[in-house]
Amino acid sequence: MTAHLTPSGPGVVVVKPGMLTTVQDSGRWGLQARGVPVGGPMDGVSHRLANALVRNPPAAAGLEITLLGPELEFDDERVVAVAGAQFDLLLDGRTVPSNAPFIVSAGARLRFGARRVGARAYVAISGGIAVPPTLGSRATHLISAMGGVAGRALAAGDVLPLGEPTDVYGSVSMPQAAVVRLPDRHARVRVLPGPQTEFFSTDALDILQSSPYVIGANSDRMGFRLEGPPLTHTRGADIISDATPLGVLQVPASGQPILLMADRQTAGGYPKIATVITADMAVAGQLGPGDTIAFAVCTMREAIAALIAQERALMAVEARHA
Amino acid sequence: MSTAFRIVPAGDSVLVVEFEERIDPVVNAKTIACAEAIQTAAIAGVRDVVPTYRSVAVYFDPLRTDTDALLERIARDAEAAVPAARAEQAPIRIPVCYGGDFGPDLAHVASFANLAEDDVIRLHSAATYRVFMLGFVPGFAYLGLVDQRIAMPRHATPRVRVPQGSVGIAGVQTGIYPAETPGGWQLIGRTPVKPFDASRAEPFLMKAGDAVQFYAIDRAAYDREMAT
Repeated sequence: MTAHLTPSGPGVVVVKPGMLTTVQDSGRWGLQARGVPVGGPMDGVSHRLANALVRNPPAAAGLEITLLGPELEFDDERVVAVAGAQFDLLLDGRTVPSNAPFIVSAGARLRFGARRVGARAYVAISGGIAVPPTLGSRATHLISAMGGVAGRALAAGDVLPLGEPTDVYGSVSMPQAAVVRLPDRHARVRVLPGPQTEFFSTDALDILQSSPYVIGANSDRMGFRLEGPPLTHTRGADIISDATPLGVLQVPASGQPILLMADRQTAGGYPKIATVITADMAVAGQLGPGDTIAFAVCTMREAIAALIAQERALMAVEARHA
Repeated sequence: MSTAFRIVPAGDSVLVVEFEERIDPVVNAKTIACAEAIQTAAIAGVRDVVPTYRSVAVYFDPLRTDTDALLERIARDAEAAVPAARAEQAPIRIPVCYGGDFGPDLAHVASFANLAEDDVIRLHSAATYRVFMLGFVPGFAYLGLVDQRIAMPRHATPRVRVPQGSVGIAGVQTGIYPAETPGGWQLIGRTPVKPFDASRAEPFLMKAGDAVQFYAIDRAAYDREMAT
């Protein structure tokens, strides 16, 4: 089934959908108490960077592209930017850069070619993608079939409605340095211990840091199933279900941790040994099955300093394009 | 009245208040009261307040929150948390068509309990349950406590597809599947009522702290309800 959401008005036609292309905004916040997952981009920093480059608000809906990119046809003149994973980008056969805004004329086609590095790219279009919001957000949550286009990944023939651009675009700038350092199939991320470190043997945090984990084939937007040194429980592998924040490492009875990602459930019953710091979740979001991830314990001070540095870099880009 | 609790961080953007480590209506009522107090305070930078069985997770933006003030505020609300007086609240009544195709595990639960199927239905629909928390999928409410006699553990291997509206038991918990999902609970019936519908003015049938009762309906009543 294809979705024609706008019989009239500007839109983007999905010529080829790519492997897993979804509409994402900054997520469905405020309803976790009702069991509604937050969702949103796997790499929220690149999503926000792409929006800044086309002068969209930071939370505007764009596309998240996974491993294999789509081909899109625009029926309106717009400013477009692609951030995150590096792909060869062809606009009507002509190469266009990543991390820079470019003008797309009505009728033009943007095609994603070979992927160079990173797992997920973000496409922002001036005016944003204007599919109707569900519970206050346009983010696609595949498991609950909510948001985006009928709660699913894009399919050939879908037409995505576009919002009104905030203003007439001025100059098209030079490419920006990417804010996220793209991992080449391996990343080292920092963690803070807790919230349930006491459910594990005293050497569990050392074991967690002792060698990288492989991201298993069953990994998706909900979580990365990791394969590596097993962690030992000392008080069983069940807790009274509680909240499962983004970036938490929950450990079922197998001892193999699961890193909870954007589409995680709101609550779960496994003990959680550590939590990836917010500033490093964008890098984690650029990994896919078969890639490796290493963990290093840091301090709260380092976590906040890293987040401030990332925020400054984003705000600098937003200021230049304001 | 002073309360036993601790506050632990989960990363740099979440603080978790933990009350006594047990599934208990009084502990849960305290948890919900604490969450409501934090929510009502509308603290700058707080993005989500999530009560579960015995803990409250406070999600915040560390760059837009005075974390020390937040911690102090949460500690105060946890200290002061007393179960709200909700006893007078009328229970939400939910019709269930028990057994048959809709309750493929009813016979199972009956033999587990050494009771007739009708007794299982009677016990399941006699109790007034508390919504301890929501989770798993949008609108899924964890209800308890189920009568010990019919508190059958979940299946070792979950079903790949549980139909929407299925009513199940997992130990002392019972609940309704709001959408077709995988699931391991013992299925004893099905309700025509939707616990979650994003297109409804009020998308959620239940919230944490609500009281819920089930009542038996026959297949004809179920079909009539589904047709409207």
